[in-house]
Amino acid sequence: MKLVARSTPWLLSAPAMLLFSSLLLLPLTLTAVLSFNVFDYNTGVKNIFTWAHYAAIFTDDYYFEIFWRTFWIAGLTTLICLLIGAPEAYVLSRMGDPWRTVFLLIVLAPLLVSVVVRAFGWSMLLGPRGLVNQVFAFIGMGPFKILYTEWAVVIALVHVMLPFMIIPIWTSLQKLDPGVENAALSLSASHFTTLRRIVLPQVLPGVLSGSLIVFGLSASAFAIPGLLGGRRLKMVATVVYDEYLHELNWPLGAALALILLLANLLVMLSYNRVLEGRYKKAMG
Amino acid sequence: MSFLTLTDVSKFYGPNCVVANMNLSVEKGEFVTLLGPSGCGKTTTLQMIAGFTEVSQGSITLDGRDITSTPPNSRGLGIVFQSYALFPHMTVFENVSFGLEMRRLDKAQRLERVSAALALVHLEDLAARYPRELSGGQKQRVALARALVIEPPVLLLDEPLSNLDAKLREEMQFELRQIQRKVGTTTIMVTHDQTEAMSICDRVVVMQAGHVTQVDVPYQLYENPQSKFISTFVGKANLMRAQQVHGGGAGAAVTSLSVNGVPFQCKAAELSSSTELMVSLRPEKISFVPLGQGQVDGRVSARFFLGSQWLYQVDTPMGVLQVACPNNDTAPLNEQDPTGLQWSPDSARVLS
Amino acid sequence: MSKNGPLALCFNALVIGFMLAPLVVVCLVAFTPENTLSIPTTDFSLRWFKAVFAHPDFMTSFWNSVWLALAAASVSTCVAIPAGLAITRYQFAGRDALNALFLSPLIVPHLVLGVAILRLFSLIGATGSFFWLVLAHVVVVTPYVLRLVLAASAGMDRSCEQAALSLGASQSAVFRRVTLPMILPGVTGGWLLAFINSFDEVTMSIFVTSPATVTLPVRMYMYATESIDPLMAAVSALMVALTGGVMILLDRLYGLDKILVGSK
Repeated sequence: MKLVARSTPWLLSAPAMLLFSSLLLLPLTLTAVLSFNVFDYNTGVKNIFTWAHYAAIFTDDYYFEIFWRTFWIAGLTTLICLLIGAPEAYVLSRMGDPWRTVFLLIVLAPLLVSVVVRAFGWSMLLGPRGLVNQVFAFIGMGPFKILYTEWAVVIALVHVMLPFMIIPIWTSLQKLDPGVENAALSLSASHFTTLRRIVLPQVLPGVLSGSLIVFGLSASAFAIPGLLGGRRLKMVATVVYDEYLHELNWPLGAALALILLLANLLVMLSYNRVLEGRYKKAMG
Repeated sequence: MSFLTLTDVSKFYGPNCVVANMNLSVEKGEFVTLLGPSGCGKTTTLQMIAGFTEVSQGSITLDGRDITSTPPNSRGLGIVFQSYALFPHMTVFENVSFGLEMRRLDKAQRLERVSAALALVHLEDLAARYPRELSGGQKQRVALARALVIEPPVLLLDEPLSNLDAKLREEMQFELRQIQRKVGTTTIMVTHDQTEAMSICDRVVVMQAGHVTQVDVPYQLYENPQSKFISTFVGKANLMRAQQVHGGGAGAAVTSLSVNGVPFQCKAAELSSSTELMVSLRPEKISFVPLGQGQVDGRVSARFFLGSQWLYQVDTPMGVLQVACPNNDTAPLNEQDPTGLQWSPDSARVLS
Repeated sequence: MSKNGPLALCFNALVIGFMLAPLVVVCLVAFTPENTLSIPTTDFSLRWFKAVFAHPDFMTSFWNSVWLALAAASVSTCVAIPAGLAITRYQFAGRDALNALFLSPLIVPHLVLGVAILRLFSLIGATGSFFWLVLAHVVVVTPYVLRLVLAASAGMDRSCEQAALSLGASQSAVFRRVTLPMILPGVTGGWLLAFINSFDEVTMSIFVTSPATVTLPVRMYMYATESIDPLMAAVSALMVALTGGVMILLDRLYGLDKILVGSK
């Protein structure tokens, strides 16, 4: 007698499978198809195959500039998040309760607040008469134009992405056996050496994971460049918005969106590869 | 006729045979233990009896009925799990009455029977508590009450005492036995702890690598282990290689052998034709005598105080022998003391 | 037990300040009596909050967001529980693939999701439909519920289910009386997390909402691109308050740190 029917797990997963195929897989496929459709400014989308949109993206300087800007903003954001997030995670892990949990929550809770609110908050802080410029004025500098420049976008992105960097690093740190650090110290290693040769290598998977997540999310960010970048500072996401809602050139927008998706998937896959290669052997 | 019978029961996971051709007959009211090291198949056997694991081959009969294909929720057996598996979101009372609810008893009947079950395990005052508020020993009793309240034909215990500390374990062993005697339920227990197995059950089934190696009452199992594995798994033993001595006639009261050239006599046994044999001698069967007055002389190389007894290691021409002496008024020997060792030939065994 | 020196604690204070700055500013400016964005120093006024409640567009989109989030969280929970149980309980070919599929919205940029679902909606005429908007949100928030269901299901003592079976319970009784109550904390935490994520969602929603179904964050985005005034701050402050309330609930029921960082 079979204790459980073979089909039970499939039946249980059926609702989710139905939902995801029709509202995730199907739309993505349709969009992929769309990206190869011809677009005519007068008549709209035509059901004819063309490489034109992809060709335009890869040859036109305008798009190159957009991708480059997106790339370096995402990269800078990742770097800053790393420089702030890793030490912060480390400092938090060395705190005692209850402060540790309190500060961890303060740092992570903004994740639950909508990005629009946070972007708006930054636009107030970074405006020509915002708090930041007021502080500069107080010490006799400025006013600096921060809002509607790349810097505003980076600052706000760092604010939004920092939790995503801290969480995996924090998780890695939690898995550390504190005895190992003490063992190194007892063998006459300095604090710095212990950090560099004992703690850091074990935390590296978390650092890698956080960096890739932050990079991927920053590259596809929409609300922040939209509200803080102004009309002239476009990133990939805002260009897609323009194509869809202003230009109505859906195929081009679809092509851009798909390139973004593929870039993201590539980033995630490379993480898996690196992790499987180097770290699984050592750390299991 | 036996109450619970396993006939040629086997379990395969792919090519791996986890339980091989197991035959077991349990009489009504008997307390049987499946004893063996991890991986010997004892828990799998219990799971098959309970119905959570499918039988690959063979059959299981309970009171004449074939239950091999019966689903676990129709077998009506009482089970105490190793982790106790108490429902964390229910009180002690609700836990114990769950089985009765499934049997559609009304509130009054449930109250009566749950109260009786809790009284049996001495937990009447804790009926309103939640499992997280209970100690390990208390949780174990609730699990037992929950299994017994449904008046099952067979009670299955999966390493019931392994999560308790040593002192509590001892207490619970005796209580378990008392309750079983009182209620009279046929019980099958699984354990890797040999003291537990021997102290509370009627018969021990020793398992190794999926096979049954010996089935006996505890005393016989200890005194007459049939293999090297059993003699060291159940209790301690001095194991020695012995050689046959020419001229030892059949029909003699003792069998004469020699260990490293030293004459060694053991209980009469049929000897195989191999020249190398294994003999076993329990440490507590050896006593100290003045030099020259025993079977062999030696020197104490180490001693350990275990509270109720002293455990000595004695270097002899036969090898290092362990000797256990009760901690009575005799003065203990010191390390490096020379001494003679003596035992009755009946205490020594040849292992097959 | 702090092993941190004063430098480390200073650093931590700066980071905390950085994380809180925009939220604090928003809440302060919301109370300004002025017409322009400014931080109230002496006078605190509720005029902008009153303006929010009097603003029909904001109120409509607020209720849209609330109903949407309630529906999306509930539907995704109903979908995620059986899927999560299937993944943790059964070994079957395709289990890993399904697990990846159901968690994939976490790595698909919301922008791409928005664009893709918009295409689907335009082809089947679903733009403007609240029903289809709910389904779009369900796809986005299901991973959050699923992760918590997976953790709860994997972490529960399965022998309790075996115990229930041995005591005579049917499979459905085991689910109702034992499994579900035992994974309920995870399920509730997941529901709340799904609610808040749906409520906050803006990037995908910008593409798939229509004038009839505009949600609050989308309305706020539109408003912010046109005019910046304290009305926006007041709405933001209200959203922060709402989020704060949900966080307290989450913490009471499940443990906020466990949800944000992941249970160990």
